[in-house]
Amino acid sequence: MRHNYPKATLFTLVTVCLLSLLLALKVGSVAINWSDLWQIISGRENEWRDLVMQLRLPRALAALLTGAMLAMAGCLMQVLLRNPLADPYIMGVSGGAAFAALSAMLLGISAALIPAAAFAGALVSILLVFAISRGSGPWSSTRMLLSGVVLAAGWGALISLILALGPDNSLRGMLFWLMGDLSNARIPLAVWIAFPILLLLLMLRSRSLNILALGEVTAAALGENTRHLGWFIYLLASLLTAMAVSIAGSIGFVGLIIPHAMRLLISNDHRLLLPASALAGGSFLILADTLARTIAAPLQLPVGVITALTGVPLFLYLLHRARIHS
Amino acid sequence: MNNTCLLRTRGLALSIPGRVLLDDLNWQIQAGECWALLGRNGSGKSTLLHTLAGIRPAQTGAIELPHEGNLQSVTKLPRRTIARQMALLQQHTTYPFDATVEQMALAGRHPHLGAWQQESAKDFAIVSQALEDMHLSGLEKRNVSSLSGGEARRLAFATMLVQQAPLLLLDEPSNHLDIGHQIQIMRKLRALIETDSSKNNGSAALIAIHDLNLAARFCSHVLMLFGDGRYLAGPLDEVLSSKQLSELYDYPIEQLLWDQGRCFLPG
Repeated sequence: MRHNYPKATLFTLVTVCLLSLLLALKVGSVAINWSDLWQIISGRENEWRDLVMQLRLPRALAALLTGAMLAMAGCLMQVLLRNPLADPYIMGVSGGAAFAALSAMLLGISAALIPAAAFAGALVSILLVFAISRGSGPWSSTRMLLSGVVLAAGWGALISLILALGPDNSLRGMLFWLMGDLSNARIPLAVWIAFPILLLLLMLRSRSLNILALGEVTAAALGENTRHLGWFIYLLASLLTAMAVSIAGSIGFVGLIIPHAMRLLISNDHRLLLPASALAGGSFLILADTLARTIAAPLQLPVGVITALTGVPLFLYLLHRARIHS
Repeated sequence: MNNTCLLRTRGLALSIPGRVLLDDLNWQIQAGECWALLGRNGSGKSTLLHTLAGIRPAQTGAIELPHEGNLQSVTKLPRRTIARQMALLQQHTTYPFDATVEQMALAGRHPHLGAWQQESAKDFAIVSQALEDMHLSGLEKRNVSSLSGGEARRLAFATMLVQQAPLLLLDEPSNHLDIGHQIQIMRKLRALIETDSSKNNGSAALIAIHDLNLAARFCSHVLMLFGDGRYLAGPLDEVLSSKQLSELYDYPIEQLLWDQGRCFLPG
């Protein structure tokens, strides 16, 4: 292994993740001191208990899981397309979700149903890619990629259409959704159940991901059924993306820079890269969301703006560092 | 030398749009044999290797591998089983992601490991031996993208050795190698085939190659593809002649005799 201490790496990332969570619980419109926070966490009575447990904790957990899912989906798409610059949205999953979510907003459907609409839109998009790229002849990931990319462009056009048609009073909500916003995000029970199952399935195939990263012919020669593996990765990456965008809208950048940063900093071995990306993605989004709700308080910014604004310089720094070291 | 058949084709045909490359190939490779696969550019050598490896579907005909005592169609076997029986050295290898030399060579152990299994000390020892055999010791932690063409080629060869498959399919293995390393990998192949034949079930190689002198010196058999459907297969001494080669390459080729055998030169 390129990295000799996978356990130490994961331990560090878990620690970072827990510290991010604590920070998210502590800061905000009311700053809570450590002793109050300790009382609340240990289950004792405290005047800020509801604020922390009912508002900040669910929002931080939503950020954690959304960031983890986006970062993992990014890793997967990068392997599937053998391109370190692929992101979870490249195949149109978020486009389908956005189209459905914005349509629901345009039709005035209750806000509580927007996540369901977004998830349904993402599923339709996933199935469309399956249907379009399932032609006769030998399977190729190129055909699947092109189907997805063209579909994503189609969704983009429809989203622009909705934005052009939408009444002014709903435009703000639509833009927040498109940029990604965690203010009302909650994790549905189904996602709490699905996430560990998907994580387990992926960890079982993580060495196969290493092999597929070497190319389809090499992977086939080393014993992988590349067609099945390709669809498996696409389906799991899409489901993770669909869950993430239906919770928080299409938050940009996490799915691109976190896996890439982990590849630069830690390893391209997916047995380590996948859990590391999940932890780093979760921590990054918790911190970004904490910043989003405090930096211009009482105004709340959409977290997608923060991920892009902080992600760009962070990423450029990592790239610069990697060039010096190599 | 035993007579275990490691792969057999029956009525195999290969074609690309508008052209039949190979028609009705009935051929088998047995343990202890080292076949040279000869033919002009585009005559279907790589296509045949990929088809035999089960990576490219055969339009007509069957490819059979020994499995549980019988010969079975390659299409019915799981890819993992196939990968433990044959390894493919591709003509080109590319690495889209960073990896170390050691990580890359470890990929050869993939078909031998279960889903949750980590590489053991034994796997690392196999890798270390293969890297040493290919004169890559000391480069374990180097990034594969920083290797020279010849080093990358030897790494691909080492990865194939690590796979420990009895049947080796090689697509121009001597590309990018200096003369010393060309001889070295051919010697390694011969040694592998000879030692395996005496202890295990035996191994064999099919090598697509353009260097006729390497082929004449190290191979036991020749399979010639004429690119128009015809082929010629047989023991090297019977098949390899300047007349036959001149026809194969559509270019005059002369044979010279020297004290260590024959050598072939373009006329």
